Amino acid sequence: MENLIAGLEMLARWDVMLALLIGSIGGVIIGAIPGVGPAVAIAILLPATFSLDPIVGLTMLLGIYGSSMYGGAIPAVLINTPGTAVNALTSYDGYPMTERGEAHRAVSLAYSASFWGGIFGILCLILLSPVLALIAPMFGSREIFLAALLGIILVILAHRGQIMAAGLLAMFGIILQTVGLDAVTYTQRYTFGYSFLSSGVDLIVVVLGLFALSQALFLLTAPDSSPDAKPITGRMGAGIKELLGHKRVATVASGFGVILGMIPGTGEFTAQFMSYTYAQKTSKEPERFGKGSPEGLIASEAANNAVPGAAMIPLLALGIPGEALTAMMLSVFYVHNVIPGPQLFQNNIDLVYGLYFALIALNIIVMVFLLFSTNLLTKIIRVPTRFLGVMILLLSFVGVYSLRNSLTDCMIAAGFGVLGLILKRLNLPIVPIILGMVLGGIMEVKLRSALPRLNTPFDMIDRPIAAILFGLILLVLVLHLRTLIKEWRSYQPEEDHELHDSQTR
Amino acid sequence: MSRVKTLKSLFKRYRRPGDIVFAWIALLISIFLLSQLMDQTAWRNGGKLFAQPRFWPAVSLVGMVAFAAFHLLGSALSERILGRWQEVWLWISSLEYAGWFIAYAFLVPYVGYLPSTIIFAVALALRAGYRKASMLGIAVLSAVTIVLLFKTILKVNLPSGLIYESLPDGLRQIMLTYF
Repeated sequence: MENLIAGLEMLARWDVMLALLIGSIGGVIIGAIPGVGPAVAIAILLPATFSLDPIVGLTMLLGIYGSSMYGGAIPAVLINTPGTAVNALTSYDGYPMTERGEAHRAVSLAYSASFWGGIFGILCLILLSPVLALIAPMFGSREIFLAALLGIILVILAHRGQIMAAGLLAMFGIILQTVGLDAVTYTQRYTFGYSFLSSGVDLIVVVLGLFALSQALFLLTAPDSSPDAKPITGRMGAGIKELLGHKRVATVASGFGVILGMIPGTGEFTAQFMSYTYAQKTSKEPERFGKGSPEGLIASEAANNAVPGAAMIPLLALGIPGEALTAMMLSVFYVHNVIPGPQLFQNNIDLVYGLYFALIALNIIVMVFLLFSTNLLTKIIRVPTRFLGVMILLLSFVGVYSLRNSLTDCMIAAGFGVLGLILKRLNLPIVPIILGMVLGGIMEVKLRSALPRLNTPFDMIDRPIAAILFGLILLVLVLHLRTLIKEWRSYQPEEDHELHDSQTR
Repeated sequence: MSRVKTLKSLFKRYRRPGDIVFAWIALLISIFLLSQLMDQTAWRNGGKLFAQPRFWPAVSLVGMVAFAAFHLLGSALSERILGRWQEVWLWISSLEYAGWFIAYAFLVPYVGYLPSTIIFAVALALRAGYRKASMLGIAVLSAVTIVLLFKTILKVNLPSGLIYESLPDGLRQIMLTYF
């Protein structure tokens, strides 16, 4: 209980509240503009938050992370263009509702479902935290190594239809993090004699190149367009009432969000997809899905908003990020010398609670903001895309250059910007590179520190958690093989290609 | 015949034009990096295999080569999509904007953050095809806002321009500190 109060006290500071306000409202706006997205915003702001207190910087980034999906629903519903990749399924039912003249109903329902998902997710986690605090200390080096390995495998396998490319990019991430002077043996690795490579390739430079600069290049090389959303009229509160008629769908979808949010590598898109399928299968009117079904809209929005809170679990408890945004947040922790992992859950549980309360507060701030300002946002999203590209390019400079005032960093970031553009144009995933870098580093360090206590390879899995994790790795691989064999034997009907175009948004 | 078909469907992906070019480049780079393994990493005598500095580069590069090979196989087995070289040309033309970015980064320590941001905002807006005075005005305004937000308010670590040194005393101090 005293931890809960200490967590609340952390938030009761003017700078934290201001950061939360800026982060959550900024996040909604960023999410609402198609072509920016939370990853771009977080990548740019990351170095700027290094000079702030950890709790201030983290709440601001958390605000952007947790609120962008609320904003992303607006263009998804109104102009059939998801603001963020994870709002893809929202447009499936949201836009047909707009075409029927029910834009107001769809938007307010999307907000309410997002709020339900967000709050449900955080409540689950607050209840779960004491259990996690008990389990986290059981994670030693070998368990964290195995969890990171599981994360890498899941990241690769989660990119169905692009597994080879995802594997290639994840391995590229792992080799990238090995470049430079090896910290233990002091030997050079893949520096090719260049001194600037001795200190390694900085994760933030890569992140800024792959997410921010690439988006600028993407927008600048594509034809100019200006999304045109019509203003909507009506009371925004009406959606809450309608949502209460679909409590089951909203709760199960949020549950999917929580579970998949905790598993590294799976994230919002899978959660949204699974809960949408569940809602359709159990609906009384499955034929209306894709044609403007409120249940479909609720399922996708509740699921994706339950993820941010849950994604903090592996990050805080084990120091293992599940996707790109939490990987970026991990670097904020490191800069402030707060090392996420079992010790954090044992010794700094107040910080964990503080972050959860921040998540609750941001959901409330965003909901109130949206009830009054949706029409303002429909005007903001009309920014022409090439102009947006110019702005992202200028802002990326702040992020890269402020790290250590290095022109070389800018050149490396520009190189990764071009790589990111190519990947986006090819609809190939960027996330595996980032997770490869972060998880690869974790795997190397943890395997090394586990070695002195291992006499035979079987010692690696002789503890209960390690054995469970190893079992999970085997299970995931076997299940994947089973699906492959099934696909081999059966004819695959054509799927909707648009659904998989998740990298271009 | 049917076996080829299923193999095809197994590796089928939702591709875009230019995929096979990327696949070839990825494979060639992976093979080149793997060929440098002995030169670019060291082996410590007496150390355990898993603790060797060569271990993780070897694992990741072998993985990269294998995945790149399968990616290429998948690409080669899928139907050709027209517009491959147009797409590759777009990748190459994106280098122009990467060049703009590097030029901007190069200029800031000399011209100063505020002037160079304004110059580049306007120049890039013109390059992107905007000609209206209102749009260029918005570009200047956005540039000033960016500088005020990051340099003046958040005091982000950015260099002051050499050009500021030639300003009169009072103004120089203000420009060096805030812009």
